[in-house]
Amino acid sequence: MAFDYDKYIRPGKLPHIWCPGCGHGIVMKGLIRAIDTLGLQKDNTAIVSGIGCASRLPGYMDFCTLHTAHGRAAAFATGVKMAKPEMNVILVGGDGDGTAIGGNHFIHACRRNIDMTYIIMNNNIYGMTGGQFSPCTPTGAKASTTVYGNPDPAFDVAKLAIGAGATFVARGTAYHATQIDKLIAEAIQHKGFSVVEILDDCPTTYGRRNKFKSVIEMMNRLKDIAVPVKAAEKMTAEQLEGKILTGVLYKEERPNYTDEYAKVIERAKK
Amino acid sequence: MAKKVAFLQGNEAAAQGALYAGCTFFGGYPITPSTEVAEVMSVELPKIGGKFIQMEDEIGAMASVIGASLTGAKVLTATSGPGLSLKQELIGYACIAETPCVIVNVMRGGPSTGMPTGPSQSDVMCAKWGTHGDHPAICLTPASVQELFEETVRAFNLAEKYRTPVMVMPDEIVAHMRERIVFPEPGELEVINRTAPTVAPAEYKPYDTSFGDVPPLAAFGSGYRFHVTGLNKGQDGFPTTKAAWVQAEEERQVRKVDANVDDIVQFEEYELADAEVAIVAFGSTSRSARFAVNEARKQGIKAGLFRIKTFWPFPDKQIAALAGKVKAFITPEMNLGMCTGEVKRCAEGKAAVHGIFRVDGEPINPGQILEKIKEVK
Repeated sequence: MAFDYDKYIRPGKLPHIWCPGCGHGIVMKGLIRAIDTLGLQKDNTAIVSGIGCASRLPGYMDFCTLHTAHGRAAAFATGVKMAKPEMNVILVGGDGDGTAIGGNHFIHACRRNIDMTYIIMNNNIYGMTGGQFSPCTPTGAKASTTVYGNPDPAFDVAKLAIGAGATFVARGTAYHATQIDKLIAEAIQHKGFSVVEILDDCPTTYGRRNKFKSVIEMMNRLKDIAVPVKAAEKMTAEQLEGKILTGVLYKEERPNYTDEYAKVIERAKK
Repeated sequence: MAKKVAFLQGNEAAAQGALYAGCTFFGGYPITPSTEVAEVMSVELPKIGGKFIQMEDEIGAMASVIGASLTGAKVLTATSGPGLSLKQELIGYACIAETPCVIVNVMRGGPSTGMPTGPSQSDVMCAKWGTHGDHPAICLTPASVQELFEETVRAFNLAEKYRTPVMVMPDEIVAHMRERIVFPEPGELEVINRTAPTVAPAEYKPYDTSFGDVPPLAAFGSGYRFHVTGLNKGQDGFPTTKAAWVQAEEERQVRKVDANVDDIVQFEEYELADAEVAIVAFGSTSRSARFAVNEARKQGIKAGLFRIKTFWPFPDKQIAALAGKVKAFITPEMNLGMCTGEVKRCAEGKAAVHGIFRVDGEPINPGQILEKIKEVK
């Protein structure tokens, strides 16, 4: 039997705003399957986003949804989670939203290890504003503000998250659709701040400027560069040149923020 | 039983007022001269099972309180000048998303880093015009430690009643002075909570105007699922660019305050009945003004004081009425004419308006005001 996505979609809110060929819809379906697998209650789950194409996702989802300001998803979500730790809090957004204007909130959410899951759809570009380079645009790539080639080095989102203290970090791609729900489900189950980076595509503002002839070509690139962490263990540095690791990249058990704050309350009440 | 009496600092009184009002969440960032508010909240909130979080920056602090407010909590943040500038982005968000929250802003010298430990009254325009776009503004300017407590309680009431951010803006003198305070008993001051929805979750719309200009606000996690956005939205909370809806919602947001000025605006009239010279002052400056009025009266000069307690919405009606009765206004303030401009606007040329401005980090003393009274009488 086909999976019933409608159960989790707000009636009348589709079609979405995403362009044909955009991977955000694949990620949303993966998130829905993960939520279904885990049996999360709609009333007890908040989905929080910032600004940008990816951040429009919560509006389609039949949950407690909070579309905040540019870059601020993690900070709003921290308020929700602190005030109601019993709620599941899931953040979604793009690479520019999360790592540029929202970079400070992102790294501090990682540091606190607050029990929330952040899904970053990394399509290497500011799509909604028409294709300006983001902190995740590869060096040399073309964007509307780097027509001579991007001089900036790019962030590695996963390394950033690990360095800042996130206790679960995974990476998938929009091509590997069935892996997305597994990564997200594992991230949500993890107690602490979890980050799932999904390498995504923006055919409209990135693809056409960077000589991708079609969406299929962009998807094939994601297929070609992805190497599962297990497979990478047997590969040489030479073989891994230009590749990107996928799967669960990092996991550790560490006290999470709201549990630690519960102890503060206990100590204060003594 | 005798009431509890204490010798308290203004900032401590603001924190105590918030707790009296039922605040259970504080998100902040350290900044002089408001930090004591955060310090007291960090000590007191966990004792009652509330939450205190020190965020990574001022914007994050503002975001955290809005997020917490949407779960049904009464929320507070505290800051000062530079922090108020940073918070403006999300003060606008709280306005359009109609999320109750209280911001204590202790006024220090500015612009920019300015004079962090010097008193000032130069944030009052920022309280109204700081965030972009049309939006409602409520700003209270208490003049004593006792009043800072009481006005913080009232700020929570107004935020909850009108679903909008409310600012409490003591100048640094009021925030850092220590005075005797008599704590009101529980129940002695009115405490208002936001209106909860009465409809079933399936029928709930977060901006449903069939309930009036201030629609009930549900809490995340309470069985009501709804969408909140900073985009222009329809009554269902979802983004819209439909011209008629946007116009209606924008007008309603501002009307929540404009149509209720008599409920919101508070002021004190002192020796105004026969006054020929009216001083219009707020915060610590109004204390000097009262002293000057007393001295002037001793010298046979008919001076009086109109003390602004609610700076926004501005007491337009009251100032306009006074303008028809007095010869002149004197407006002492620790900025370069912000209140003065408002008084001129309301006076419409019917009475002269003489400002006394200080931005050197020193308070305006009674002698300075008395001198001006004699000059213009």
